[in-house]
Amino acid sequence: MPDRSVVIASANGLHARPASLFVQAVAASGLAVELTRGDKTLNASSILGLISLGLQHGDEVTLHAEGDNADAVLDDLAGFLGTDHDA
Amino acid sequence: MSDSVSLSGVGIGRGLALGPILRMPDPLPEPADVASTVGADAEKVRSAGALAATAADIRLRGQRAGGAAKDVLDAQAFMAEDPTLKDDVDARITSGKTAERAVYEAFAAFRDLLTSMGGYMGERATDLNDVSQRVVAHLQGVSAPGVPDPDYKFVLVARDLAPADTALLDLDKVLALITSDGGPTSHTAILAREKSIVAVVGATGALELTDDQTVIVDATTGAVTVDPTDEQKAAAEATIASRAAAADVPVGPGALADGTAVPLLANLGSVDGAEPAIEKGAEGVGLFRTEFLFLDADRAPTVAEQQEKYTQLLTAFAGKKVVVRALDAGADKPLSFLNDAPEENPALGLRGIRALRANEPILRDQLTALANADAATDADLWVMAPMVSTVEESRYFTKLAKELGIKTAGVMIEVPAAALLADRILPETDFASIGTNDLTQYTLAADRLLGSVASFQDPWHPAVLRLVGEVGRAGASLGKPVGICGEAAADPLLAVVLVGLGATSLSMSPAALADVRAELARFSLDQAKEFAELALSANSAVEARVAVVNAANAFTTSISTITESE
Repeated sequence: MPDRSVVIASANGLHARPASLFVQAVAASGLAVELTRGDKTLNASSILGLISLGLQHGDEVTLHAEGDNADAVLDDLAGFLGTDHDA
Repeated sequence: MSDSVSLSGVGIGRGLALGPILRMPDPLPEPADVASTVGADAEKVRSAGALAATAADIRLRGQRAGGAAKDVLDAQAFMAEDPTLKDDVDARITSGKTAERAVYEAFAAFRDLLTSMGGYMGERATDLNDVSQRVVAHLQGVSAPGVPDPDYKFVLVARDLAPADTALLDLDKVLALITSDGGPTSHTAILAREKSIVAVVGATGALELTDDQTVIVDATTGAVTVDPTDEQKAAAEATIASRAAAADVPVGPGALADGTAVPLLANLGSVDGAEPAIEKGAEGVGLFRTEFLFLDADRAPTVAEQQEKYTQLLTAFAGKKVVVRALDAGADKPLSFLNDAPEENPALGLRGIRALRANEPILRDQLTALANADAATDADLWVMAPMVSTVEESRYFTKLAKELGIKTAGVMIEVPAAALLADRILPETDFASIGTNDLTQYTLAADRLLGSVASFQDPWHPAVLRLVGEVGRAGASLGKPVGICGEAAADPLLAVVLVGLGATSLSMSPAALADVRAELARFSLDQAKEFAELALSANSAVEARVAVVNAANAFTTSISTITESE
């Protein structure tokens, strides 16, 4: 059951542009990825779900996926969220 | 003379265009909440197909647009493909809705959620509306809303254009704009003027025009000739060609016939506009609108970010005067980080200097960035406060600007109160600049965005001119400069009248510089003052214009009578 905890690094949070790039990366992985923040868990390929979480710089989220390559996929996705895309 | 029909509206600038019409589709009505006639399974297939097709279409548009637009459109494509949204649509269909209604409601639910979050997220609500409309249009088999994008040049006809639509216009394809709504100083008209798009706004009957009819759009007269004859087309083409040739003649500083210098400056909204403005002979910048730097931002830019932009601008105008207006948000251009509160009458609300005062750290950052940029460059930087209405506000802004290192600080006169007390405001500050669009709006109590009152929005109105005269007189007696930076300065003959009323410089969209320069050169300062008296003594804007046009023509005729000995 691979999980990754990651802190949102983008200075302005996960707004439309980084959210769209993230959703693209999730779709490319071919796996069903879940993103949890607090008590809310959502399908990580939902851009509207991500935007409506209003994730800000410094917020902590957990990623979860199962299947082939899940570890590698999660490492990539965690790396994406851990990078400042507003820099 | 001919069988062609003519529509009339208010022309923006003096351009002329000829081409086929394309209508901007109207926003779709809300889909009716009726029972499905085809059953839930079929509705789900329809909605899934429309969502996927819309995503593909938006993505294709993004690839064609490239750059920043591609990022925005990619995000919109993911919204159309969103699995959570699709689940929501399917659930609504299961409960008996049609695909159209389910899509409409599901997007609306997300939109309301984002709107309730406010700020940046709230602004994304517009994107959702756009995607929702596109999906519903696909389901109904009608054209998607938004600016059409054919592979030929066309004349765009719309009810009105949102600023976002105007900003995304492909200027290589749009020959002209015709709107049925909107006045001469609406945001759309200003942007059209700034981008030198031929435009006629407030043209009654424009919405009856159909795609692929041909029109001649004449911004000088505000006339739209529908289905012109071959002779009319040939005459228009000849005029377009000769004006293109005339635009290439050398340019010089603005001056009256007697040599009185009237510096001609440019109104700019972005640093990119600097180069073309200089080519058209701008002697500096009379109004740099800083809010366009902030429009897409969900937060105020930092001092360093602003300083970089201002430095670019001042570098482009080295050795010249550059008048920058402090952030002017509100009414037609709201900025969430300055004033998020809903207002019944935004034009009368917390805007201009009022909003800046309520957010003084933002004003301080902007003035600091400007002072730093000034110190690093060779331009002559002046900074002015928007929408000042009291002597005290003038004192406040000037003091703060000086404290933060601004050498020349002034105020904009856009409110009748400020014009009437110009003799007390000017001693408190270095200069005044009259924004004739807002001054007309506030003097005539006519919303500049509202088509139904567009006829009131005329800076030739003697009441407006009398206020301009008050400021001109105060400036002359106190030795302080009085500029005009509203669109009135772009009307060549009105520009002469404004100089007669005491304006010492004129600022306009660069496209208007050549015509105004030529008109000023025809008359002396005494004649300008005569024209001003004629206009002031009229009872209406129309009378004022007619009186001055006749006086100017009489002068021209007497000259040509002598030279042509007719």
